[in-house]
Amino acid sequence: MNNMWSIVKKEIRSYFSSPVAYVVLFAFTLIFGWMFYNLIMWFNSQAMQMAQNPYYAQQININQRVFSPLFGNMSLILVFLAPLMTMRLLAEEKKSGTDELLYTSPITVGQIVLGKYLAALILLAVMLGLTALLSVFVFAWGNPELAPWLTGYLGLFLMGSACIGIGLFYSSLTENQIVAGILTLLTLLLFFLLHWISSLGSGAWQGVVNYLAFSTHLEDMTMGILDTKDVVYYLSFSFFGLFLAHSVLQSRRWR
Amino acid sequence: MIEVQDLTKRYGETVAVRDLSFKVESGRIWGLLGPNAAGKTTTMRILTGYLPATDGRAAVAGFDVFDKTDAVKKSIGYLPENVPLYHDMTVAGYLGFVAEIKQVPKSRRKDAVARALRASGLEDVKGRLIKNISRGYKQRVGIAQAMIHDPQVLVLDEPTIGLDPAQIREIRELIRSLRGEHTILLSTHILPEVTQVCDGVVIINEGRLMASGSLKDLTATIEKRDGVVLKLRRVGAEETGLFRDLPGVRKVTVDGRELRVEWAPGLDLREDVARLALDKGLGLEEMRPVAMSIEDLYMKVVSGGLQQ
Repeated sequence: MNNMWSIVKKEIRSYFSSPVAYVVLFAFTLIFGWMFYNLIMWFNSQAMQMAQNPYYAQQININQRVFSPLFGNMSLILVFLAPLMTMRLLAEEKKSGTDELLYTSPITVGQIVLGKYLAALILLAVMLGLTALLSVFVFAWGNPELAPWLTGYLGLFLMGSACIGIGLFYSSLTENQIVAGILTLLTLLLFFLLHWISSLGSGAWQGVVNYLAFSTHLEDMTMGILDTKDVVYYLSFSFFGLFLAHSVLQSRRWR
Repeated sequence: MIEVQDLTKRYGETVAVRDLSFKVESGRIWGLLGPNAAGKTTTMRILTGYLPATDGRAAVAGFDVFDKTDAVKKSIGYLPENVPLYHDMTVAGYLGFVAEIKQVPKSRRKDAVARALRASGLEDVKGRLIKNISRGYKQRVGIAQAMIHDPQVLVLDEPTIGLDPAQIREIRELIRSLRGEHTILLSTHILPEVTQVCDGVVIINEGRLMASGSLKDLTATIEKRDGVVLKLRRVGAEETGLFRDLPGVRKVTVDGRELRVEWAPGLDLREDVARLALDKGLGLEEMRPVAMSIEDLYMKVVSGGLQQ
């Protein structure tokens, strides 16, 4: 346990003593802020028009019209940023030879993989936490519902952790960060775009493909629906990624 | 303290280490010698638990490397060939991290770092980022890292590679100062290093054991010839004959301006030879004993001339 925290601390320090954390945080909050501003402005103008008509005024919902699309857009940004957060984690150890230090220390491969995963999760939480600060304004001057906002963030966090799990796996495969990053991005994009692909098909296939898509499961959550099947879907991605990374590193011992 | 028995490591078809057996006693410094690709690094990686062996046994500090890997890892300090450094950490920060993963108890961690910094002469650079310190300092950080948890056994893979002569000397002194408290196995292909630092050697070639034992024993078994090498201004058939006629001389060979005079064991003809050279005015420039050095031993062993 202590061993794992040593790795977590080391990785967090490494994120913040290199430009990685700052670039990722800057990019994420900048894009979030820009989208947030546009959605709020668009919502305002719509609200003005609808206020003329008492019937529509009842129907206008800031959760549905601002937060839901905002979370949807941010999930795509996460898909692009997650590889940047994970590609270094295991590849760099191999490249610089520091894996020899880790593997000859009394620390297990499981502790190493889990420690690195947690460190990336903490960075993800900081990213999401910074954007959550902006929402305070909406709560101060409007009256959005809290529950869908919370489940939306939970959804983003779960999806982000799934991306990190996959990224960690690719980082264990190679000692080249760029290769790990690009393979991660391709895989994540594929799972993200399955949603569009599914709309081309029909019948059972459409259901299967749709179920596999990242965005399908996030959609429910941004609407305030917390379904165990969505949670399990994302958690199984994380678990699968960690399991594969662990197996890859462990297999080094048997070659 | 270190025991290796019939160790074999295969990478697919290629055999890196073949039936290697040797033993290092507690508190000694032992050198692992051999040409490049002889299997030195592989042997060390197996001992430290980084690689599994294909066959055979190895034990460090009384623990089997394959069954009690964790206990072995705790009692061994390892400096790999590529010093495993995190370049964006400070020297002290890095040593602190290594102390953590080597499971130095929290209460003793600070002391452990301070001790390692002092012992390896790193106190001046402890606050600097590792990427900004010189190569010599990096190598020292590597050694400090290996000894941070005060392990019984130190395994050092080419500890002086790539350093300048002054730095090499410092590192050697550092290693020598660890004798007694630690059992050290170091690999090198710098031969004088072995005579200066080590108590004994294991010489391997192409993964096979060629010779092993204490330096004294090894050189004694081969040092059977007595003689001197003379460097003269005048060398010719006539001069060679003069030396050959000296009573007791067995063999005289010429190599350029150098004359090698060897005599029967048990005699000491050094003074006679020198007097002869002076009396005949041969222009004596240099005179040195013919000794079996570690270099001769190594060359002989590696070229297959000596099998144990």
